[in-house]
Amino acid sequence: MTDQTLSTPPVSDDRRPDLPPPITVAGPIAWVRANLFSSPLNIALTLLSAFLIYVIVPPVLTWGIFNATWTFPPEVVTGERAPKFSDCAPGGACWIFVGARLGQFIYGFYPEPERWRVILSFVMAMVGIYGLLGAPVRFRKASGIFFFIIFPIVSFWLLRGGLGLLPVPTEQWGGFMLTLVISIVGIVLSLPIGIVLALGRRSNLPVIHLLCVIFIEFVRGVPLITVLFMANILLPLFLPPGMQVNVLLRVLVGITAFAAAYMAEVIRGGLQAIPKGQYEGAMAMGLSYWQMMRLIILPQALTVAIPGIVNTFIGFFMDTTLVSMVGLFDFLNMVKAGYKDANWVGAEITGYAFCAVVYWVICFSMSRYSMYLERKLHTGHKKR
Amino acid sequence: MAELSAGHTSSETTIAWWRDERKRAIIWQAMVVAALVAVFAFIVVNMISNLQRLGVPLGFDFLDSPAGFAISFSTIPINLESHIGRLIIVGIINTLLASAISIVLSTVLGFIIGVMRLSRNFLISRLAAVYIEVVRNIPVLVQLLFWYVAIVKLFPSVRQSINLGDIMFLSNRGIYMPRPVPQDDFGVVMIALLGGIGIAAWLKRWAARRQMETGQLFPAISVGIAIIVLLPVVASLVFGNPVAWEVPELKGFNFQGGLVMQPELTTLVIGLSVCTAAYIAEIVRGGIVAISHGQSEAAHALGLKSSWTLRLVIIPQALRVIVPPLTSQYLNIAKNTTLAGAVGYPDLFSIIGTSLNQTGRAVENIAILMAFFLTLSLLISLVMNWYNKRIALVER
Repeated sequence: MTDQTLSTPPVSDDRRPDLPPPITVAGPIAWVRANLFSSPLNIALTLLSAFLIYVIVPPVLTWGIFNATWTFPPEVVTGERAPKFSDCAPGGACWIFVGARLGQFIYGFYPEPERWRVILSFVMAMVGIYGLLGAPVRFRKASGIFFFIIFPIVSFWLLRGGLGLLPVPTEQWGGFMLTLVISIVGIVLSLPIGIVLALGRRSNLPVIHLLCVIFIEFVRGVPLITVLFMANILLPLFLPPGMQVNVLLRVLVGITAFAAAYMAEVIRGGLQAIPKGQYEGAMAMGLSYWQMMRLIILPQALTVAIPGIVNTFIGFFMDTTLVSMVGLFDFLNMVKAGYKDANWVGAEITGYAFCAVVYWVICFSMSRYSMYLERKLHTGHKKR
Repeated sequence: MAELSAGHTSSETTIAWWRDERKRAIIWQAMVVAALVAVFAFIVVNMISNLQRLGVPLGFDFLDSPAGFAISFSTIPINLESHIGRLIIVGIINTLLASAISIVLSTVLGFIIGVMRLSRNFLISRLAAVYIEVVRNIPVLVQLLFWYVAIVKLFPSVRQSINLGDIMFLSNRGIYMPRPVPQDDFGVVMIALLGGIGIAAWLKRWAARRQMETGQLFPAISVGIAIIVLLPVVASLVFGNPVAWEVPELKGFNFQGGLVMQPELTTLVIGLSVCTAAYIAEIVRGGIVAISHGQSEAAHALGLKSSWTLRLVIIPQALRVIVPPLTSQYLNIAKNTTLAGAVGYPDLFSIIGTSLNQTGRAVENIAILMAFFLTLSLLISLVMNWYNKRIALVER
């Protein structure tokens, strides 16, 4: 009896399949328990946030999607009359306001047959930006020349006209196009100026160091709107009487000075992240200051600073809305002008919502892109 | 002799003056200064001739002339004959008032959301993340305009105002709150409060000294708080209520009495606080995450209980990371109050703008505006440097 038990133990040699972990340890129920209902405090927080979601999400969805008016009424489609705010259902967004005004929101008062010029400039800008940030490194020098030299000249000619194209005065520029023009001019000009300012701030020459510090801290110490105000009102006073500068140019001067000061600080951060050995190595090679900066330091410093530059640009892109306060018809101001039309009184909320959505989509994707770049460019040169 | 001197001259390498680094530095800087002086001279000459052509004098005498324009919100008495200088002071007070309220609100909201973001509760941390991402990627001007429409257009009229427990009323005319009215015995209770604070401060020092000498602990903080709270309460029980609350009442077409926060100020404060809170939340989160887990483990291993770990180990270190960017956010709030013009709140910027249009004194008005903000930035950065020095890590 005992022998038999010993020779054939009551244990099977076949391996049984593993049992799934108990549902209290893994799987959706366990997840919910661990993440939402692990303690009384946690339960309270979960209920609170569920309540918040209930209060916020359904009304927003109802207003923005379900109760919203998406299509023009039949009389408008057949062209009998212009659309107006009263075509929209109450209690919902009036998206036909955006539909009716989209051309102005994008192009401002730019003449309709000439709008291809705006699109072409925009495509050129996108190609340049892709070449600088996304394309393989061997294209980077060419992209730099294209984006910082060729593109500004060509797109200025395209947008402004002349030399065979119908001239379009800057007073007719507006809407999203103007926002882009201001942002892109800002970035194209502020980056080189910012580099010079950052180098100046780290310079050993006391006079140059002091001047750069004064400029940077002065501009960073005052609000953008005062810089714009100053450029708009004081600049004409500072120039000889014969020299008239148009509003757009004045605003561009102000906003570039502003962006350059912030850019300088970002680039200074990049310069500080470069180990001292790089400077010493370059100097030991007998390179002059400018050779050292151009060949050794700046390529590394700018690479480190790219995420910061993109973040600064996002802030700057949002700050361009302030030009509406000195009378330029940028995207936001164009939307405001839209609902001031007698047909569209009452469409403010829809207008602002549209504005917010557009800015949000652009800025959010840029910030995600900057996070991606940060991971991609993290080559171990950073301190810490 | 001749050989020697020849050898001497050849060993001392002669450098052409344009290659000498020190001379080049001086020449460069002299050139920059000369160019700058030239530009300034050009600007000043043009400015003077332009101002003469326009018939606008230069100087700050206009501050003493009557303004002739009204301001919708002021904390000090003004009328149409008030001098421009006084109105500018009103503007400065309004800017500082809006900044101060927004700073307090955004700090509270930002800390709450920053901690929510780190919560282990999935829903709460997601909600905070969505809030941060939504708010940070929409221009603050768009947010302000949105709040303005929401508060002025969507809040109910005075008659249908939202009633919060019969003491606070929300309507499109603003937020009405009870106003504290000091009574006769207000002074006595204030003295009691100050005395309580004094005793608590002394208690804390005494407890620290005793702990150093004997190692015995004394719950100085809780006892101190109890003294600070109890003394005024006892005083007001003995001498009578020090503060009466004047509750706003609906009379006719508007509320009478109480404190009112006007819709423009409400809009500005809500807009700026909501916006800045998102940035502050990220700063707070970054500060807490930056403290390595080893710190709290080590504190626990030393036998500190978790409230002490938080107070003595985590918070002091997190603050070192949080405070510098936090101040720059405060400065941003002060700078963003200049957007008040878009929602009709008379801050310094909009008053300067009106004054500029009325008097035509562009240079002086803008100089005042710039001087105010530069002084503010300078003050804040001085305080900041002092604070950073005080809390800086003392390393070997």
